[in-house]
Amino acid sequence: MNEESLFAPGHTACAGCGATIALRLLLAAAGKNTIVCQATGCMEVVSTGYPNTAWKVPYIHVAFENAAAVASGIDAALKAKGEREGKNIIAIGGDGGTYDIGFQALSGMLERGHDVLYVCYDNEAYMNTGIQRSSSTPYGASTTTSPPGKFSIGEDTVKKPLAEIVAAHRPSYVATASVGYYADFQNKVKKALSKKGPSFILVYAPCPTGWRTPSEKSIEIAKLAVDTGYLILWEMENGDRNTLKVTKMPPKPRKPVVEFLKVQGRFRHLMNKPEELKKIQEFVDAECKRYGVD
Amino acid sequence: MKMVLRGNMATAYAAKLAKVEVIPAYPITPSTLFPEKISEFVANGELKCQFVKCESEHSAMSACIGASAAGARVATATSSQGLALMHEVLFIAAGMRLPIVMAVGNRALSAPINIWCDHQDTIAERDSGWLQFYAEKNQETLDLMLMAFKICEDHRVLLPAMVGMDAFVLTHTMECVEIPEQEEVDKFLPPYKPVYKIDVNNPMTFGAFSSPDNYMEFRYATQLAIENSVKVIDEVFAEFEQKFGRKYQRVVPFMVEDAEVVFVTIGSMTGTAKEAVRKLRSEGKKVGLIKITAYRPFPADLLRKYLRKARIVVVFERNISLGYGGAVYPEIVSVFANTGKRPKIYDFIIGLGGRDIVVEDIIKGYEMAVKAADEGREEFIEWIGVRKEDIEVIK
Ligand SMILES: Cc1ncc(C[n+]2csc(CCOP(=O)(O)OP(=O)(O)O)c2C)c(N)n1
Repeated sequence: MNEESLFAPGHTACAGCGATIALRLLLAAAGKNTIVCQATGCMEVVSTGYPNTAWKVPYIHVAFENAAAVASGIDAALKAKGEREGKNIIAIGGDGGTYDIGFQALSGMLERGHDVLYVCYDNEAYMNTGIQRSSSTPYGASTTTSPPGKFSIGEDTVKKPLAEIVAAHRPSYVATASVGYYADFQNKVKKALSKKGPSFILVYAPCPTGWRTPSEKSIEIAKLAVDTGYLILWEMENGDRNTLKVTKMPPKPRKPVVEFLKVQGRFRHLMNKPEELKKIQEFVDAECKRYGVD
Repeated sequence: MKMVLRGNMATAYAAKLAKVEVIPAYPITPSTLFPEKISEFVANGELKCQFVKCESEHSAMSACIGASAAGARVATATSSQGLALMHEVLFIAAGMRLPIVMAVGNRALSAPINIWCDHQDTIAERDSGWLQFYAEKNQETLDLMLMAFKICEDHRVLLPAMVGMDAFVLTHTMECVEIPEQEEVDKFLPPYKPVYKIDVNNPMTFGAFSSPDNYMEFRYATQLAIENSVKVIDEVFAEFEQKFGRKYQRVVPFMVEDAEVVFVTIGSMTGTAKEAVRKLRSEGKKVGLIKITAYRPFPADLLRKYLRKARIVVVFERNISLGYGGAVYPEIVSVFANTGKRPKIYDFIIGLGGRDIVVEDIIKGYEMAVKAADEGREEFIEWIGVRKEDIEVIK
């Protein structure tokens, strides 16, 4: 990887943090003419501890739910001043700041057509506040607010299909990605930035602390998510369904989803529940079918 | 040029004269005319600005923050629930030292839902680090908005400001307003030059995470900035008077020289209170009035100066800090906390939710306050115009 390090080492993220990998890949692909606007969450906290900063590009953090709105304001200001050309504006949020509390601002930004790339790093829970569930948390996962118990399987709802909801806004570009397939992710970043208008990338980023996985396995797990069909990597341009393309096919035959689940502590309680594992495999099969993955 | 304008229109004209570059906004009664008028200016090419049609007030203020941090001159308008929805980001705008200017049509907060005049919305945000100005007339809405940009953008200040105007009484009422010439405004208000801004050629981090080791220093610096603004406000008011001929003061005295009883008012009720003063004066009573134009920074210096000689100070206010009394009252009391000779200070809650304030109400307050002082009452917070008999007490 030939990377200019715009996200500097020395931040305070945990070892093996998938989200920091995503940030480094993102900035390397975007280059230095980039303005970053980030939501509150792990990535902001670990990277901006005053008087230090990990950011070598202009960076602004305002609050948890408004990265998309702040980015809208920056886009408007640069347009008003005739300084918009040649710059990327990238809004970044975790799954909580994007799927949940920041969803309205994201929708507003997409609808108004701001020339902003929004990147959601998805670690499937609120990690910064101690691993609480978000609407991205998958069925069956154990978090501190969806604990398994006598009357609970863990999280009892399925993950919100955010990228599809974004696609319904007809943005210039929308894609899902994984830090496990970094070239695919970086290509998508470049493609998104080459287009005028709003774009969105959801990048899957394992969290060793929240998922209870070994630090050195993050990339492997991020790949497993794709290879089991649990995460489908696709892209779509200009809101046109005919352009929908799966960019990374899982191997044939697909690996069973249990291979992805069993390496993670957050699914441990499911391992002696074959009927639940079957259910999850069925979700995955149905999704793969919908996307023509197989 | 003179025009007959509603208060909202006057603030929109102020934004136009200030050549505001970005206006993110979301409509709410009674401030809706502001974004409407701005979008009309933009549609006609009268104002070259980016009008960001936001999906909420929270996002509107967030976009203001982004745009201001990127170096643009920024304004917006809101009221009541809209201001309350901005609450979180108001503190951030001030903490990040961004000179955003906002017109607020002062309106009651829910519940019960009510769209009429009340200062509760802005009073509830008085601790946010925003400067607060209150207009008495439509001319003041325009002038204060213009001056607010100059004050806020001053490098000794760098803070946001809200200009309050009473719902309907000002926002929707037509008054003759002198609109300054663009050339004159350009001389008074040069383009905004930020000290720091988002710039790819000079990357900086805005909105960092701070530990107990440095948070207090940021807060203290912001407090110093708002203290500095006193001098800047006085300078800008003076320059404005010299250039445009209209005099502004943080606190405006009316017949206080020899007054034994002095009223304290904010906003449009001042006109009514002045009528009451004239009436009482005609009966030989030594009454005066103080209008607070700049509520934050709190004008303790001027209040002490003007109220010192009074026997009784009577505060009339359109807000209620539930569980206590009016929010302004204890602040006026504090002005005299450590002084030897001090006036009796009494508080009246009045005109909530747009209830009319008439001359007789003020006179009633005067009489109740004089009686209370004569009886030597120590604590005194009363409501004027409320029908206590209509209230069912749950026993
Ligand atoms: C209005 C508001 N509510 C709650 C919080 C507390 N909070 C800060 S970060 C966070 C969770 C962030 O989760 P996510 O967006 O998934 O990012 P991650 O921590 O996983 O990086 C929460 C709940 C907040 N800062 N602001």
